[in-house]
Parts: sequence; C-alpha cells; structure tokens
Amino acid sequence: MSLLEDKKVIIVGDRDGIPGPAIEACMVGTGAEVVFSSTECFV
Amino acid sequence: MKSVITWASYVLVHTPDMVIANGSTQTTERIVNPGSEYLQQLPKHIRSYESALSYPPNRCYIGDITPAELGAMEQPYYENGIENAERFSKFGEIMPQDEFYLLIQACDSFDLVFLEENFVKTTKEKLSKHPLMREDILNRIKDGTSKEEIERFINEEHAEGLYIKGEAVGFVKRAHDVDTNLSAHIMLENLVSKASSVLSLLHTMDKSGVDPSEIEYVIECSEEACGDMNQRGGGNFAKAEAEIAGLLNATGSDLRGFCAAPAHAMVTAASLVKAGTFKHVIVTAGGSTAKLGMNGKDHVKKGLPVLEDMVAGFSILVSRDDGVNPYIDLEHIGRHTVGTGSSPQAVTSSLVLHPLQSANLRIPDIDKYAAEMQNPEITKPAGAGDVPLANFKMIGALAVKEGQLERKELNSFIEKHGMQGWAPTQGHIPSGVPYVGFAREALLSGEIKNAMIVGKGSLFLGRLTNLFDGISFMMLPNKGLEEEKQFDDKKLRLMLADALRKFAQSLGGEGE
Repeated sequence: MSLLEDKKVIIVGDRDGIPGPAIEACMVGTGAEVVFSSTECFV
Repeated sequence: MKSVITWASYVLVHTPDMVIANGSTQTTERIVNPGSEYLQQLPKHIRSYESALSYPPNRCYIGDITPAELGAMEQPYYENGIENAERFSKFGEIMPQDEFYLLIQACDSFDLVFLEENFVKTTKEKLSKHPLMREDILNRIKDGTSKEEIERFINEEHAEGLYIKGEAVGFVKRAHDVDTNLSAHIMLENLVSKASSVLSLLHTMDKSGVDPSEIEYVIECSEEACGDMNQRGGGNFAKAEAEIAGLLNATGSDLRGFCAAPAHAMVTAASLVKAGTFKHVIVTAGGSTAKLGMNGKDHVKKGLPVLEDMVAGFSILVSRDDGVNPYIDLEHIGRHTVGTGSSPQAVTSSLVLHPLQSANLRIPDIDKYAAEMQNPEITKPAGAGDVPLANFKMIGALAVKEGQLERKELNSFIEKHGMQGWAPTQGHIPSGVPYVGFAREALLSGEIKNAMIVGKGSLFLGRLTNLFDGISFMMLPNKGLEEEKQFDDKKLRLMLADALRKFAQSLGGEGE
C-alpha cells in the first residue's frame, strides 16, 4: 500500500523548482487524489 | 548579415515612498488588514537614497562592478555598501525619487500628473543638471499646484498620491471617471513604467554613439498593459516612450510574455535586423510599482531593510553588423514549446541542451549562462531560495545526466559558468537580460568566447494556461564583417550562354 493511498493531495509547485504538473505526474499510480494543483512564481 | 548588440543601458530609481503607497503587498495589506503590525513597522525598514546607491547588487546592475566582483564581496550586502558610490555609471544611473516624479510628469501627455509648486521649483533645478535631460523634456514640467489642491484630489477625486518621506508632493489623477482601465492606480503604474524606460533609452542613445534619428523600431517588453475598457492591452508603450526619448524616425510595438518577454524581444529585434527590415532596433522596458516591497513582510519580520525599493529599466540597442560588436546567434534558439512539458529536465533540455546540440556544442562549452538573475539577498529571506543558483544547478545536472560533466564537477561548473544574482525582483527585469551588457564587454575583450541568455516566463499567472514559457539565445564574438555576396549579372549571363551552347552541342548541332 502506497504512503499516499486514499490521501487527498494539494500541490503547490515552483516555476524555478518543481512545477505543479511534474509533481502531479508523480502522483499517478500512488492512489492519491489530487484535489488542487498549481504552479506559482515566487519572484 | 549578423545582428549585433551595440549597447545596453541599465537604470534604477530609488522609490521608497512608492514601496509603501503603491507596492501590491502593501496596498493589499491596507485593504485586508489596515492596522497590521507590518504596516506600522514598514516605514522603519525603508532605506535612504545613499544606502540604495551604495548597495552592491545595485552597483552591479548599473555596471559599476562586475558579477564576479559582486560574488567576491562580503555579505550581507546591505551591511557592506560600497564607499563613495556615485549616481552615474558605465551602464546608467540610480535616480532619486524626487527627480523621478518630475520625469513622470514630463512623460505625461494627458495632464494627469500634478506636483506641488515649491517641490517643482527646487527639484527642477536639480533635474536640469542631469546631463541627459534635454530642454524639450524639461519644458514638459509644469509650474506646480497648491498643497490644498493635492489633498483635495487625493481625498475626493480618487487620485494616487506621490509622496516624499510620507508627505504628499503631487498626485496622478484618473484618466476617466468610470473606466477602471484608466484609473489613477493604472495610470501611475503605466507612467512609472514609461518614465523608467525613457530614462534607459536616454542613456542608450547617449552612450551607443548612434544618432537617435537612426533608430527605426522600438520593442517594449515590460509587464504592464495600457488601453481603455474597449482595448485593455491596446498598447503602445514603445512608441509613447520613443516620442519622449526623441526617436523621431522610430515606430514600435509592445511584446508581452511575462518575465520571458525581454528574451523574446531580443530574438525578435535581432531577426528584424538580420532580415534587413530595420538597421537599428531598441529593446526596452521600464519597471514595476506593483512589485515594490513584494517580499517586504519577510524582510521586516527578519529585521532587514526593505530591499525591493528600486524601479528598474533597461534598453538594448540591436544593430546591423558592424564587424566589432558581439552578435546574436539566430540559428540556434532554445524554445520551451507547448509540447515540451513541465518537468525541470524537459524545460532545461528545450532551453539549453537542444539549441546546443543543434550547434554541435555541449553544455560545458558555454562560458557563461544567464538565466534568472534575481538578487538572492531579496529572495532567500522570503523562502524563495537562490533562484539563479537553482537554475545553474539544473543546467549542470543536465550536463551530468548527458555524460558531459562528471558529477563531482557540478559545484565547480556552477561557479565557473554561473554567476551571483544581482537584479531587483522586478519581474521581467532579472530574466537573463541583465547580463547582456556585461556579456557584450566580456566578448569584446575576449574574456569569454560565448554566453547563453535564458528568459523564463510564468504564463500561468494570467490564468489562461497552466503552461510557462522560455526562450534562449547565444551571444557570440564578432570576427569581422562578412563579405557581402553581390549578385553578378554579367557572370550569370556568361554562365547561361555557356550552358545553352553545351546544350545545343549535345543535340548534335555544331553551334559555335
């Protein structure tokens, strides 16, 4: 069982780090439900 | 034909009162939490002009010290200012707020900016000593209005105040009583952008050695929008700025792409020159009032001065090949495309690796990379990290993955091919282009053999797409004028005659 199975996940990505869609792709197959995902610019 | 970089100017304006009055962090705080501790503490963290003038990253932005010299200096920079720092420098200047208010008025074509009469009298005398302020610019400054009138417009007519040490010395009034696109807030924002770009243009025309009448096109690449309710982003900042800067033979247009816009504009300008469309094109941008004090809450919380108190601008002149100045390599442009994807590896591959592969180069073959050049002293206290370093790490890591670099060489790669960031967090301003002026000089002196400028933009902030964007280009040394291949009409006729003769012979005739 995955650590994230049946968990709801909120993703805040960083344009100059790891963007939201890339983290979202990592969630596929973990059983987690991505309820919110965005990429932010901190500069 | 090549497109060369003839000159690059960089200017800063110290705007401490605008941090408080106009920065979006502060304007938002006044709405949601008007009595907050932050707003009470903020004025105690505002820097003096002298402090901003001596601040090492600011000295670097205007070309007084190199990025390498900045990197070797003791930190924190705000406690280790450069002694005897002067206002004017090789690339531009650091203008004080009072003179800038007059320049804003000089850039106002619709009687929207009013200044107090005594303030105008004393400050106009100062500004008239500015070596680049032409008589026609100074003549646009009006005599001034009363303090009572200023208070009335701010309190009763929705005007935005212009302050010096908290005291109102003028205002920008709304340009329409209903249209929010022409509100005092937006007009002030746009006039600040316009005025700081004009200041950069004046420096570029002064130092480039090119006559203003020779400039044919201006591309403005800031992040503001001008227009009314029927055409909210109609533009055109470029032509409005060219008008005040005295570029009488220029037209122009605005190019937008968030922080990536300057790099897009450079590629566009170089393409227009290479195609022979125009001989001289200027890429220019002014600064942003909204971003003043953007990370102010963290700076105040950590006892730092509010370091985001500078409005910035730059203007880069791209010209037809002169055989001397470095050129932009238009054959190998990096692009983040719609299909690139968003993983850091995919982004860096599209912007750095792919254009290098097409040029038969490897990542370590580029002497200097300039990606996001934000001053980390501004971003680190706010938890945003060292953005230039993050970008150089990503480029180095990709080189390791591609087998172009040993893993143990990663840190030395970053040190050798990267740089300490110095640019103020003014959105489009730090994105690659602050290094263009230094790169031009280093390529001219032979200190480096190439440089790559990378611009990245956060398109998702516009809420039309989740994508972000980027474009990159290489700057290369000029090896002299290429011989123009002239069309030789006589030679062609002889070749044709010869071919026809041979054809006739092949048909069995005995043609002579």
